[in-house]
Amino acid sequence: MISVQNVHKSFGDLEVLKGVSLDVNRGEVVSVIGGSGSGKSTLLYCINAIEPINSGKILVDDVDVHAKETNKDKLRQKLGMVFQQWNSFPHMTVLENAALAPRIVKKMSKEEAIEIAKKELEHVGLGDKLDVYPTKMSGGQQQRLAIARALAMKPDYMLLDEVTSALDPELVGEVLDTLRLLAEEGMTMICVTHEMGFARDVSDRVAYFHQGVIAEIGEARQVITDPQNPLTQKFLSKVR
Amino acid sequence: MDYEFHWNVVFQNMPQLLNGAFVTLHVSVLAMLLGVVIAILLAIAKMNNTKFFSQVATVWVEIARNTPALFQIYMAYFGLGAFGIHLSPYVAVLSALVFINAGYLTETFRGGFQSIPSTQYSASKSLGMTSIQSYRYIILPQMLRRIYHPMTNQFVWSILMSSLGILVGMSELSGTTQRLQSLSFRTLEFFIVAAVMYFVITKLVLFGSSLLARRLFKGEI
Ligand SMILES: Nc1ncnc2c1ncn2[C@@H]1O[C@H](COP(=O)(O)OP(=O)(O)OP(=O)(O)O)[C@@H](O)[C@H]1O
Ligand SMILES: [Mg+2]
Repeated sequence: MISVQNVHKSFGDLEVLKGVSLDVNRGEVVSVIGGSGSGKSTLLYCINAIEPINSGKILVDDVDVHAKETNKDKLRQKLGMVFQQWNSFPHMTVLENAALAPRIVKKMSKEEAIEIAKKELEHVGLGDKLDVYPTKMSGGQQQRLAIARALAMKPDYMLLDEVTSALDPELVGEVLDTLRLLAEEGMTMICVTHEMGFARDVSDRVAYFHQGVIAEIGEARQVITDPQNPLTQKFLSKVR
Repeated sequence: MDYEFHWNVVFQNMPQLLNGAFVTLHVSVLAMLLGVVIAILLAIAKMNNTKFFSQVATVWVEIARNTPALFQIYMAYFGLGAFGIHLSPYVAVLSALVFINAGYLTETFRGGFQSIPSTQYSASKSLGMTSIQSYRYIILPQMLRRIYHPMTNQFVWSILMSSLGILVGMSELSGTTQRLQSLSFRTLEFFIVAAVMYFVITKLVLFGSSLLARRLFKGEI
């Protein structure tokens, strides 16, 4: 379980998270929606210990993420993360991209790492691209590579930060299909997204972020189709 | 055109010319190696937040890039000599080349490093890699690809510029050529052969460099 407890986070004088609490259970998919600059990405970076927090607490399987004694590199093996901008490693083939971390972080044998990487690449529909360099692929394919690369570490959780918003519209579908597949397989996910249809249909719950706080959270279909908070209503009427 | 070519004397002196070519290669390789090491330090210093370090690096880079190589060599040989520091021609030329190589390569390295988006680092961290692993497997290999050709060019430049050793009496290829032609008066022959030797050396360096690149970068360049 990921448990975010009253987290405050500032960049200098700018308080970006103003007391955020959120529990995500195993097997659950939570979508985070909200306006630009409301702190959605920052929350994911704090969960992944890429950014420190000012106060509050984040637990991942009861481990305090930001405690000094926590081995953050080790913790991140549990938390797969995919960014808005596909960050494929351009100097490696697709297969090497996915096999690298299992090999050097988990210290698997080369054969084992390659096998796992292949499996995950087939999983996201890139089985025929193993020896291709990522720069030769479309954004959608590179984003699926980023997902497979994270999955090859066998994470318990996936943190996805607007993984479709830098894509050409016609490529969005293939990436959302991949995420849908993961959700059906029971992967625990926190998805920051601007795709309201995806949030409604794929996630269990939706959290609406407004200026650093969760203004509304609830069952996905209810929040998207029948929001209670006037701020959520206003946001949703704008994005539709 | 009444000039009559006499090549015999050139061939008789081939061992000396080859020896000069060896010295040329020797000083250039050394100037490159030392230049690279210093440039790494200067590039780090230049990106450092401590003003003192970044200013030292900036001054070095500016002087190296904006003054003639000839001036550097004269400074090392005659300039330091005036202060009682007497460098041999070899060391004077070597120091000047190291100084200039370091200056140019600093900018190459800094540019190469800054051209790697920081998201590459966060992406590798998010996979559980340590900082050292992120640099070793993700940042530095990409940087090396970008600085490889500029480094090769700098090396070729060093080889050609070492010919200025002629001005301080260094026995590299040009200096040797100069001495031999003045003894035999076969000026044209000697300088033609020397030019051919420079050409062959730099072509071999470029060829070797692209072979190595193909092995290192698996056909990506
Ligand atoms: N590293 C940083 N340093 C300083 N300020 C930052 C940093 N990262 C984010 N911010 C600021 O924090 C606020 C929240 O940023 P964040 O990226 O979390 O928003 P977001 O909800 O993900 O927005 P978007 O939908 O545009 O991605 C913004 O005002 C942003 O400018
Ligand atoms: Mg964001």
